[in-house]
Amino acid sequence: MTDAFTFERRRRALHGWLLLSPALIMLTAFAFYPSLATMVTSLWSRGTRRNPAEFAGLENYRYLFDDPTFWQVAGNNLSYALVTIPISMALALIMALWANSKLPARGFIRTAYFTPTVLPMIAAANLWLFFYTPSFGILNQIGALFGAGPVNWLGEPETALWAICVVTIWKEAGFFMIFYLAALQTIPPDLKEAADIEGASRWTYTRRIVLPLLMPTTLFILVNAMINSVKLIDHLFILTKGGPSDSSKLILYYIWENAFAYFDRPSAAAMTVLVLALMGALAAFQFLVLDRRVHYR
Amino acid sequence: MIRYIEPAAAILLALLWISPLLFAFWAAFHDVSDAVNFRLTAPLTLENFRTAWAGAPWLRYFLNTFMLVSLILAGQFLLCTLAGFAFAQTEFRGRDALFILVLMQLFILPEVLIVENYRVAASLGLLDSILGIGAPYMASAFGIFLMRQAFKSVPKDLDEAARVEGCGTLGVLWRVYVPAARPTYLAYALVSVATHWNNFLWPLIVTNSPSTRPLTVGLSLFGAPENGVDISVISAATVMVIAPLLISFLIFQRQFVQAFLTAGVK
Repeated sequence: MTDAFTFERRRRALHGWLLLSPALIMLTAFAFYPSLATMVTSLWSRGTRRNPAEFAGLENYRYLFDDPTFWQVAGNNLSYALVTIPISMALALIMALWANSKLPARGFIRTAYFTPTVLPMIAAANLWLFFYTPSFGILNQIGALFGAGPVNWLGEPETALWAICVVTIWKEAGFFMIFYLAALQTIPPDLKEAADIEGASRWTYTRRIVLPLLMPTTLFILVNAMINSVKLIDHLFILTKGGPSDSSKLILYYIWENAFAYFDRPSAAAMTVLVLALMGALAAFQFLVLDRRVHYR
Repeated sequence: MIRYIEPAAAILLALLWISPLLFAFWAAFHDVSDAVNFRLTAPLTLENFRTAWAGAPWLRYFLNTFMLVSLILAGQFLLCTLAGFAFAQTEFRGRDALFILVLMQLFILPEVLIVENYRVAASLGLLDSILGIGAPYMASAFGIFLMRQAFKSVPKDLDEAARVEGCGTLGVLWRVYVPAARPTYLAYALVSVATHWNNFLWPLIVTNSPSTRPLTVGLSLFGAPENGVDISVISAATVMVIAPLLISFLIFQRQFVQAFLTAGVK
């Protein structure tokens, strides 16, 4: 009896492992092993044909922390996150409220807001090129109507990063809108009726009832937006290549540049480790804090 | 008066939001000097498309992207189905710890691991191949999670009935669970295709010849300043590249939005 039971349990466990093995092999090859390898690489010096790599301890990190470009890039990425996350989320909320209300042309509005989401970032960058180009760019033509002088939006250190942010916001807001829209549609209509009977204004209803109910969605979007502020860099390749003088360079682009343009793998690895640590903290935050507090549904 | 402000603002924002696309279409169908000077009565032309089409092996790029998204989708369906089923319906020691390990991949983005993934791809001989572009995305933690959720909601009775009928584990999976999860597969397919049709950084790194390059990488090379093409030709190329996805989005809009929702909201 116990033997048969143990046997059955073993058989099932074996099936479980067999089913999992293809995915685990791929995950090991392209996620777990590379993560560990990155950590190892970051501790070794850059090997050349004549000088093989040797153990360097934290030397690469010290080198990185002494590199002013690294700090500038990290600062850029922080600004990028601090600008794109709140603005795209606020826009997403407004878009969702509009797309969910009884406005005329609602179908058109929804489609227009969501369309950028399905475009490749590279294509989006090409579209925006037409806005930013110095000689005939649309922004400058509009500016000229109001008597403003031409601005080289992508060529000035003061404006390049903001120009990049605008494209990201344009791309992200409609995507986040969808999640807000879904959440809005789960709010029971009686709440609105009750609020109307109580004589609450639309603003009060939105602030006191809708926004609190949207809290879990907001946190979900927030985590995604934070991940995206590291991930969304494709448009840099078209619009600025990180320039002028690194003013619009973001971390992932700098990692790419170090690894594949300067062939400085240890330095790229050290930066990757820092990004992974950041992502790990974010993961812990999501699993330990958000998932506990948010799932009251 | 105040009643009109909100609809007007909503429509204004919508127009603003699609204006980059509208301008791209405008530029693509006009001669470049007419385009940038906004001569509204200027004649339409297909010349830009002709120039763009001749400037790069687009057909090859389209084919590569098509093969890439199909390959990734097939791989994801297979791996995520098996793994999702294992996590949802089999029991073994360490399963939950393993599941958390898998979920970690949601945060270890393939994009961030480019440095070492490149070495892995190189040592497996996958550089400059479609399989090399697709491999890191096949065992998607997100897909595993999604399939696990879908399989968990399948009633246990169906499973047991099929087993009584003599189905083995894989038989049950194929006959009971996979058909029951059809909507999830559809949603996941739409999200996956849209994501990988648009992916850029990893394909850029792995590929170095026209025979493997997907559309996004081809487009970025085509528009590079060294190439000396004007904004109208770039717009025409961009319109060409986004057209298939854009048209299918406009046709299947409801399904698309639904797919992103199913995939995003747990």
